Amino acid sequence: MNIAINNNQKISWFSSGTPWVWLSAGAVSISLVMVFGLLLLIAVRGLGYFWPVDVVAMDYIERDGTEVRLMGEQRETQLVLLEQLLEAGYQLQNHAGDVERHLLKIGNRDLYGLDFRSVIEPAVSNRTVPDGVIVIERYEWGNFYGFLKSVKEHGVVIADGEAARAALAQSLERSLSLHEAIKQIEKSDIGAINYQLERLRLKTRKLELSNSLDPQREQAIAVERAEAQQRYEVLQKKLSNLYTEINRDTLIATVADGREVEIPLAKVVRVYRPNEMGFGDKLLHYFSKVWEFVSDEPREANTEGGIFPAIFGTVLMVILMAILVTPFGIVAAIYLREYAKQGPVTRVIRIAVNNLAGVPSVVYGVFGLGFFVYFLGGNLDALFFPEAAPAPTFGTPGILWSSLTLAILTLPVVIVATEEGLARIPRAVREGSLALGATKAETLWRIVIPMASPALMTGLILAVARAAGEVAPLMLVGVVKLAPSMPLDGNFPFLHLDRKFMHLGFHIYDVGFQSPNVEAARPLVYATALLLVIVIVVLNLAAISIRNRLRTKYQAV
Amino acid sequence: MNDSREKRHAIDMSALGRSNAGLSLENEEIAIKVNALRLFYGDKQAINGVDMQIPKNRVTAFIGPSGCGKSTLLRCFNRMNDLIDGCRVEGEVTIEGENIYGKGVNVVDLRRRVGMVFQKPNPFPKSIYENVAYGLRLQGIKDRRVLDEVIERSLKGAALWDEVKDRLNESGMGLSGGQQQRLVIARAIAVEPHVLLLDEPASALDPISTLKLEELIYELKSKYTIVIVTHNMQQAARVSDYTAFMFMGDQVEFSDTDTLFTNPREKRTEDYITGRYG
Repeated sequence: MNIAINNNQKISWFSSGTPWVWLSAGAVSISLVMVFGLLLLIAVRGLGYFWPVDVVAMDYIERDGTEVRLMGEQRETQLVLLEQLLEAGYQLQNHAGDVERHLLKIGNRDLYGLDFRSVIEPAVSNRTVPDGVIVIERYEWGNFYGFLKSVKEHGVVIADGEAARAALAQSLERSLSLHEAIKQIEKSDIGAINYQLERLRLKTRKLELSNSLDPQREQAIAVERAEAQQRYEVLQKKLSNLYTEINRDTLIATVADGREVEIPLAKVVRVYRPNEMGFGDKLLHYFSKVWEFVSDEPREANTEGGIFPAIFGTVLMVILMAILVTPFGIVAAIYLREYAKQGPVTRVIRIAVNNLAGVPSVVYGVFGLGFFVYFLGGNLDALFFPEAAPAPTFGTPGILWSSLTLAILTLPVVIVATEEGLARIPRAVREGSLALGATKAETLWRIVIPMASPALMTGLILAVARAAGEVAPLMLVGVVKLAPSMPLDGNFPFLHLDRKFMHLGFHIYDVGFQSPNVEAARPLVYATALLLVIVIVVLNLAAISIRNRLRTKYQAV
Repeated sequence: MNDSREKRHAIDMSALGRSNAGLSLENEEIAIKVNALRLFYGDKQAINGVDMQIPKNRVTAFIGPSGCGKSTLLRCFNRMNDLIDGCRVEGEVTIEGENIYGKGVNVVDLRRRVGMVFQKPNPFPKSIYENVAYGLRLQGIKDRRVLDEVIERSLKGAALWDEVKDRLNESGMGLSGGQQQRLVIARAIAVEPHVLLLDEPASALDPISTLKLEELIYELKSKYTIVIVTHNMQQAARVSDYTAFMFMGDQVEFSDTDTLFTNPREKRTEDYITGRYG
């Protein structure tokens, strides 16, 4: 009797649906935990990188028994099996258990050849956090860790000891502003002149090719060229002055093992003293580093500096893609849904479109390279830019072809979403419009498309999310490791669709796998990944807010 | 009496169910003339040859059980059936002297002259003002003063002005069902049609809205020829001057409303209006 009741209860518990509720709730929780775990991991790893770490100094006994003095940032610690270390030749006979191994960023690549080295805890002694350590971020050779000795001007020591601090701060301010001026001249002023000269060269060549280079025109071009040349020389002179100015100051510093190093201030990005910083200073330093990361250009094979060109390239490429794919996809969907005679042909087209969404993205890259770059670009060059030959203009990977390739890649998404949106518009509303004497096109334009616009935005959101994360096809059709100039600048016609660009996704791959300095680059991989996620989220949020506005405006019946 | 009715019945049946005999339209101007109209959905025939004359500035009601073809017939008058795949129409419908199924007929222009109101209120997701202005904007009218004037007149004509005059810029979707239906009527009369087709206009409305709508129909008939399809026989009796009873694609009986409801000639009509089927 009792058993029977129990049995009944069991059955009723099972058929009540409770286990399914638990199962599905569990699945949802696991998904959420995975998503947040992922975000948390890249956020912690990526954002932690910018925090200034104390510089520690230590005596260390090498494997061969020699003793060295080391100084650097302790980055990572892990436990290693003793046997492994013994095998590697460490003298640890009287040690038991696992051994702590630290990754030390010792910097000073110009002296040691490597930025990072690992040290094992038992061989470390005299660990201190010395005062007066300076960390110098440099344009070359990575970070420098050491103690400031003196500051020189024209090779003459002007400040020594304690006084050197203030002198350094002063000189650094001067050299940084000079550096800014040099960058301004080199990047934009001379860049603009070079651009102009190149255009003049192309113009001459074009006139030559069309046999219409008469003396009068030649004269005009020569005048223009001479004028540009003159401006260039003025700038060049200014520039060489600036270079002499910036090379005036140097600083002398000693490293951990006592060697003295002379560093020109022209090579210094910033100087800070982590061991003397309070929490507030560290916070300030942190935010200035984060700002540098998102707003500056990369240095040292992308392992230092910022990734602004990559952010900019990603966003611009996605926007161009959206501009290209939206009208195309919408028009195609409208024809398929509204005008085409529904039958086997449209069914086949629909199946084909849906299958396109499943084609691996790298295949689109190959298609883009073959069709857009070589065929379309090559023909465009032959037709419109013969003056630039043999150098290609559009017949080489660039941002336009990347956007077009991704537009094709995301086209199915837009078509499917638009078609669904159109199908959802009630027949009654269409008939209402037609009954008032509207043609089919007027009905579409005035009623159906506005009402379907939230669905179009959904398609666009999906397209943007997919396109922003795509890397493989871009490697074939336009992305580069380091783009000399951005696709949008101050030179007419401002938007240079033929240029190559940088992309966050490719940047991750490049920094993570192609970098000569893997240890230095690893945190950057996380930071860049985090930024890529943020960029996609921002793009999506923008599209979603537009969609929500449209939704309230054109609330469905 | 009984005898003569049966006799007439026999004659009517021989005339393919057309039953206009005994109906006097001599004093009426005819707005819509239907001649041997047959309609097919693919292979299926939905209307089996209808002959009918719909008088001008009168309310004509189509009644009949579901699926009898009354809505289909109504939609023939502004060629709404064109939109349905596989729909084919034979015969003639003459509106204002023009056969609307003839060659070279401008359907857009026809629909401007023959307005239609549907079963479910279908305002556009636009403001009340823009809903009514829609048909005018289609005709290219942009002058704000003209629009304002027509919109006020149309909303007044649809007995909605007093309720919405202070919120013309609010969405038409925010109105109640009855208000929406009157908005749709205002939208239809804004383009000044000659004929107004109402396809079960009150079926989605509550009794009070229905009453208002019926009063409105009564007022509108002085200016428009109204054809109304309704499921509700009381409604047909209340609002219409003439009534056609349809059954299985046939027009069984067409006469003035009083006669049809009090003294139907056809057995099927009588069965239907006394509630024996449908």
